[in-house]
Amino acid sequence: MPDPLLSRRRLLAGASTLAGAGLLGGCEAPVLGRLTSPYDLSNGLTFAVQRWLLRGQPLVREFGPEAISRVFPTINTTDPDNADYRRSKAQAFADWRLPVGGLVERPGTFSLAELKAMPARTQITLHACEQGWSAIASWTGVQLPHLLAHVGLKPEARFIVMRSVDGWWDSYDLFDALHPQTILAYGMNGADLPVAHGAPVRLRVERQLGYKSLKYLSQIEAVDRVDGLGQGRGSMVAELGFPWYAGI
Amino acid sequence: MPYGMGGTRPEAMGGTMTDTATVLRHPLWLRLTHWVNAAAFLALVVSGVAILLALPRLFWGETGANGAPAAFDLPLPVNLEQTGWGRNLHFLAGWVLVLNGAVYLVTGALTGRLRRAVVPDRDQIAPAHLAREIADHARLTPARGREALRYNALQRMAYFSVIAVLIPTMILSGLTMSPGITAAYPELFTLFGGRQSARTVHFIAACLLVLFLVVHVAQVFVGGARNLMRSMITGRFTVPPERADA
Repeated sequence: MPDPLLSRRRLLAGASTLAGAGLLGGCEAPVLGRLTSPYDLSNGLTFAVQRWLLRGQPLVREFGPEAISRVFPTINTTDPDNADYRRSKAQAFADWRLPVGGLVERPGTFSLAELKAMPARTQITLHACEQGWSAIASWTGVQLPHLLAHVGLKPEARFIVMRSVDGWWDSYDLFDALHPQTILAYGMNGADLPVAHGAPVRLRVERQLGYKSLKYLSQIEAVDRVDGLGQGRGSMVAELGFPWYAGI
Repeated sequence: MPYGMGGTRPEAMGGTMTDTATVLRHPLWLRLTHWVNAAAFLALVVSGVAILLALPRLFWGETGANGAPAAFDLPLPVNLEQTGWGRNLHFLAGWVLVLNGAVYLVTGALTGRLRRAVVPDRDQIAPAHLAREIADHARLTPARGREALRYNALQRMAYFSVIAVLIPTMILSGLTMSPGITAAYPELFTLFGGRQSARTVHFIAACLLVLFLVVHVAQVFVGGARNLMRSMITGRFTVPPERADA
């Protein structure tokens, strides 16, 4: 469904500004802003080349329902040990709220019902884990670009920071955040998103490995830079030795 | 009587070599690309195994995971702790291998060296010649004299398989596991029959490359490790003289 608030021009402008800044030395993407080891160079090269190859913003493949995997592993947190989360889970997440703030015109908090009332997108895609496994599932949710347009992303916003109930956090540049297949998924395989898969809402970032698709979303924030967060590597996994950009 | 150090080929000298001669066998660019490639390949093998141990099972098709039936279970221990450095090293070494390989291919094509490394000479494809090469290999008899200065036909076929078949297969099957690359080129999934098929092909081609390396190093010992290693480090190669009865 076309969204008047999110023009293609805005999407492309965000993408090209970022790519240009990164390639010309602006180096705002965490992957290019910090070249202290040979791995930073090779991961930065991978990022730059993939951004160029993906400059037309293609969609990933989508499958038919017959392709949905019987086995879809769950790893890391599968049931957050958090009092607020447990209480929320006990009432089917009726009291769950997602704050969306930072560099936006109209910050707000959204209930599960409010997200479900927004235009939904369902996509059946291949999830690839850095451990080597892959599985296909159907994901239903609201497009992140729709939500960001709803709250009015300010022009100076460059990254979207996502936080999770279990303390996990990650960031995404607008190139990925505004991609049509980047969704906040509340449904999986036709049912509510199971707890083990990140209920009530998880992120889907389809052109990167599974670890970028954060589960148990608790907060969304638009920012102009991420080098002040944590150790300045743009994500929590980057502090554990996994690249911020996981397109390979 | 030493040959000219400019890489003069023995054919140009004429006659039969009976004396020990030293030639500059490998130019600097070839020696450099050879050792850079060797280092990158070893890093790829080590890091590849580290990554594999997170899921030492092979699948066919798009999907595969623990709990799903595997095409083959490798008899290896599971280790989930090594994919961080493993993947970083794998992609660093992968870039080095690709960029270094591009230098090798371009320089090799321009100098004619590549053709002489992978395409057998006309006389080498004669059945009698091939039969003699096979017999010599079976008896572990290295070439001497003029024949020692050119790659033999079996060697060229092996190099062709590596350069034109196995390494391209490794690169393409590796890229098929990249969600970013396949978003741009979904045809890769069609080429290999799915992401897990590509992973399995990547493993099989890696095993064949390791087999090549084992034979390659064994041949160095058969052919004279000191002389052959020196020729790949300094370039200087001492030509073993023809046998008197040859």
